[in-house]
Order: sequence, then C-alpha cells, then structure tokens
Amino acid sequence: MALKVEGLRVYYQTLRGDVRALDGASFSVGDGEIMGLAGESGCGKSTLGRSLILLKPPMKYVGGEVLLDGDPLPIWDRERMAPYRYKKVSIIPQQAMNALNPTRKIGRLIRELLEARGVSSRDLLPELKRRLDLVELSHEVLKMYPIELSGGMKQRVVMVISTLLDPSLLIADEVTSALDVSTQKRVAEMLVGFRDHKFVRSMIVITHDISILYQIADSILVMYAGKLAEKGPTEAIVRRPRHPYTQLLISSLPEIGVRHTERRLSGIPGSPPPLLEPPQGCRFRERCPVAFDRCREEPPFEELAPGHLVACWRAHG
Amino acid sequence: MVELERVTKVYRVGTFGGRALKAVDEVSFEIADGEVVSLIGESGSGKTTIGRMILRLIPPTSGRILFSGMDISTLKGKALKDYYRSVQGVFQDPFSSYNPIFKADRVFRVVRQEFFPNVEEGEWGKRVEGALRAVGLAPGEVLGKYPHQLSGGQLQRLLIARALLLDIRFLVADEVISMLDASTRIDVLNLLAELKGERGLSILFITHDLALGHYLSDRAVILYRGCVVERGPIDRVFGKPYHPYTRMLLSSVPRLDRKWEEGKVGLKGQQAAPTKGCVYHARCPFPYESCKGERPHLVEVEPGHLVACHRIGETEVGKCRRQG
Repeated sequence: MALKVEGLRVYYQTLRGDVRALDGASFSVGDGEIMGLAGESGCGKSTLGRSLILLKPPMKYVGGEVLLDGDPLPIWDRERMAPYRYKKVSIIPQQAMNALNPTRKIGRLIRELLEARGVSSRDLLPELKRRLDLVELSHEVLKMYPIELSGGMKQRVVMVISTLLDPSLLIADEVTSALDVSTQKRVAEMLVGFRDHKFVRSMIVITHDISILYQIADSILVMYAGKLAEKGPTEAIVRRPRHPYTQLLISSLPEIGVRHTERRLSGIPGSPPPLLEPPQGCRFRERCPVAFDRCREEPPFEELAPGHLVACWRAHG
Repeated sequence: MVELERVTKVYRVGTFGGRALKAVDEVSFEIADGEVVSLIGESGSGKTTIGRMILRLIPPTSGRILFSGMDISTLKGKALKDYYRSVQGVFQDPFSSYNPIFKADRVFRVVRQEFFPNVEEGEWGKRVEGALRAVGLAPGEVLGKYPHQLSGGQLQRLLIARALLLDIRFLVADEVISMLDASTRIDVLNLLAELKGERGLSILFITHDLALGHYLSDRAVILYRGCVVERGPIDRVFGKPYHPYTRMLLSSVPRLDRKWEEGKVGLKGQQAAPTKGCVYHARCPFPYESCKGERPHLVEVEPGHLVACHRIGETEVGKCRRQG
C-alpha cells in the first residue's frame, strides 16, 4: 500500500472556533493507483491534499495517522516533514501557474530548488530535458522567465518540477480546472503518463470534475462536508454509486447529447452544513431524499463490495 | 433581435500600443426572439469581447451591432437607457459583482434609483419579491444579507433577478455558471431555460463548456481566435460537426458515457497567431497548402449550418453544392 490514512482530522482555527474541514478520513491508495478525490467547494478535498504535504496555520492537526510506503509521515511537525516533502510527497498546487518565482529563469529556479535538497542539478539535466519533451515543452523554456510562458506552459513546467525527484506520492490539486478542453485532455493524459513512466508511484487527483476522473482515475473518493462519503473503483462510482450524494451529484451533470427540453436535470436542493458546528449524524442528512431516523447517528465508512466503501445507512441496510 | 454584422475588435497591445491584436475578426451572426445561442470558444477566442461589445462596454473597431434594427453605437441619452432596460449582462464571478461592504440587495436599490425613481416603496418591494421568486430564491433568506453570507449560486441568481426587474428581453450570460458547484449550476441553467420559455427571453450564452452549451441552447456559434469557424442549429453542430476544430473540441470533452479516444491533440502550434490564411491551420490535422494563404469563408453545408473550412469544398456536401 503506497499511502494509508487512518482517522485523519485537520481543523482550521478561527476566532469563532474550529472549522472541522477534515473530520476523520480513513482510506488507502495502492501502488500505481491514481485516486480521484472529488467533491464540491468546501468539502475538505484540498485540505486533505494539503495536509499530506504542508500543514500550516490556520490548519491544525487534530488526530490520525498517515503511512507512506509503510513509514509514518510526521505531518503534524513541519520540521520533521521537510525531508519527505518534494522527495517522497509532492504537490502540483492549485493555480500552479502562479507558483513560479517571477525573478528567476526557469533553469535557475530548478537548479536552486534541487541544490536546496542536496541534489546535483547537472546529473539530473538529461532527465529534466527528457521530461520537458514528454510534456511538449521546448528546452528553451529553461532560459526563460515565467512571464514569457503562457499559463498552460507554466502549468506543465510546474508538473515537471514537482515530479523531478520521482516522489512516491503526487497530489495534483485542480490542475485541469482552469484549462481549455483540448489542453485539459493533454494535461490529464500527461498525469497518467507520469504514473506509467513511474515518475510517481501513486497519485491523488483532486478535482470537482468527476468526468475528468472517469477518464484517468483508477478509483474515486467522494467527500462531503469534511467526511468521506464513498470510495470505489471508478467504474463502480460512476455507474453504480451507492451514496445518495454521489448519485445526485452524478445525475446533475449535463452530458453532451442532453438538452433541457428532452431531459431536465436537477441539482441538489439546499447547501452543505456549516463546519463550525456541524450537525450530529450523517452530514448529508438535511439534503438527502432518503434520510430516515437512523441518520441522526453517524454512518460508518464501510466496505460494501471489495474496494467499494460507503458511509450511508441505507446502503448498508 | 440582435444582429452582428462583420464585427471586428482590434486591441492595441505592447508597451506603446505598437502591435495590433485582432480579438474579434469580422464576426456575423444573429439571435432571434426567444432564442438561446451558445457562443463557444476557448480562452482567447474573443467570446467575452463579443459579449462586452453587445453590452456597449467597449466599442467595436468596425462592423455594426443591431438591436431591433437599430445600430447600438448611435444610442445616446434616453435611448441608451432604454437599451439597458432591455439588454443586460450577468458575468462569471458573482462575488466580484458585489461591493462587499454593502448588503447584496443594494443592487436592487441602484436599479430603482436609476430606472424607476417614481415607483413607490411598497410597490417596489413587491416587484423585488416577485423577481426573487422567479429565480427560485426565498426573499427572506437573501434580503438584508451581505455578499459573504450568500452562496455563489444565490448571488448569481440575485443578479439574474436584478436583470428581470428591468423587464429585459435580451441577456448576455458570460460564463455565468463556471464558478458554481455541480449541484447548483444545473439549477441556474434550468432557470435560464425557464426564462426563455416563460418570458420569451433571448440569451447569448457564452461558455467554454460544450455540454452546458448543448443543454441550454437552440443554436451554437463556435469561435476560434476571433473567427467563427462553424455555426448552426445545436443538434447539427454537435451531431455532425464539420470543422476540424469543432471535432477536436467535441472529442476532448471529458464524458461519463465514454472514455477519451487515444489520439493526440497536439499542444504545439497553439501559440502561433496566423495573420493570414485559416486561423486553425497550424493545429489542423489535415491542412492544405491553400489553408496557409487564404482564409476560408463560411459556407452553408445544410440549412442554417455554416462552416469555414477549405476542406468542405472537397467533401460530399461541397460537391453537391457546387453541382446544385
């Protein structure tokens, strides 16, 4: 198992109290697995991704543990996490195009980044060039400043930089969201290529767009209001979702070929509960069309079929 | 209702405005009464510029935009105010459409001051409530709140309600749902569909998302680098696309009913902006020599379905046309 997360809780400290953005997550990602992490804004998916690499205030570690390739990751300790960061766990952050230092040429930026970690940049240069080819960037970009590149090019530069040391786990946070459809497709395929070329062992792809995950992910984990709702093989989540939230979410997506006059889709009424003082029991209860008395109790996140886990009393009933 | 005639917009770019960038290049199409037209294109295609020109936020460099037969660039004073009574826009980011230090419903008060100073307080309150109900909002839940207390979907609907107070006939909806979550965006789309059905509202739906465009619209206009490459009835453009760009777009859309085909959509050639010839030739998988030199004109391949591609001349349809 490449990654194993047990009961992870990460809150945000605010003046009004703790916001329970990630409230008990237990799951694992296998070797070579691309796991999609889906959910709406504020569900905790980015909090989960970020907590695995850099937990900084107002984020607060509350509990749980993380094992990467069998070793515990000291995510609560910024200092002790340093040797793991970038080498073992890496991230392509949201809005990666803004992640590059504008005063450095790309080549120098990479050199400094590697030297800070005690890696010789000269040894890595041939590999760096090979990877630039792979993402269809000319080697000239090494001599350019970030401002000379387009958003999509900067994004690909960041993709290459984040995976240069062959991390075990890569977290890709909304990397395809701001891109045009044709670029989006290529970038998504490049992520799969990174896995296939073994640049990274496993990957968590965070996105709100389930249809992208259907194209590239092996499994999908759906979050709702700081809790895990459902995880399973991609095909099962898309074709046979068991959690009412996943079902409603998927049925609300317009597909090409669907027109409002022929088949009217509907959204999910209501909005997610406040995470400052979340309600007891299932957090989807108030919006759920099939909620019943038992939902006042929190449903366990348990396996229904091999690899398919659901947190819903109806599904377990 | 709205007609664009060879509308062009050139921006001066570079430090001293020394270079010209053609953001919109001789674009013509029309939007009929009660019709929803999707303007589909990727970033830099000029779709937003077209919307802004229709709203008269920026003037076209050449060409005309007609509203009910009148050239909108000639409108002044009262006529211009009347224009804004009938034509309004809603934009991508609902949060930046509000001033965060005022309550969100201030947008309604501004409309009253500007357009309806003679309407009484009580009567105005009723109108506001009616407009809010029409967009599916409960007045008690949204009135008197600050923007940060409302969700993106609610704010976007408030803006649509604001437009409805003006009794609009034409709405420019520029990426209105791209910032909303999946569970709420479909409700806003359905709302637009209802407004079209019940009030006969015409909508220019500007989007980069083909599935959303298809869900709502009667016709589609596909833009690439400021040029219309294909336009026609939505079912035809999506069902039988002719232009290689439209086909590439459709095959790149992530879908839940099928996986992407292997097949390389190259990223190279994307940067080059050709000054002559077909705008798409650098990325086109089957370019002709003539594509570099000569810009193809829009040709009608079937009733109402127009395509600008030199290859059309070689296909069955093209042959038929030449013979017939």
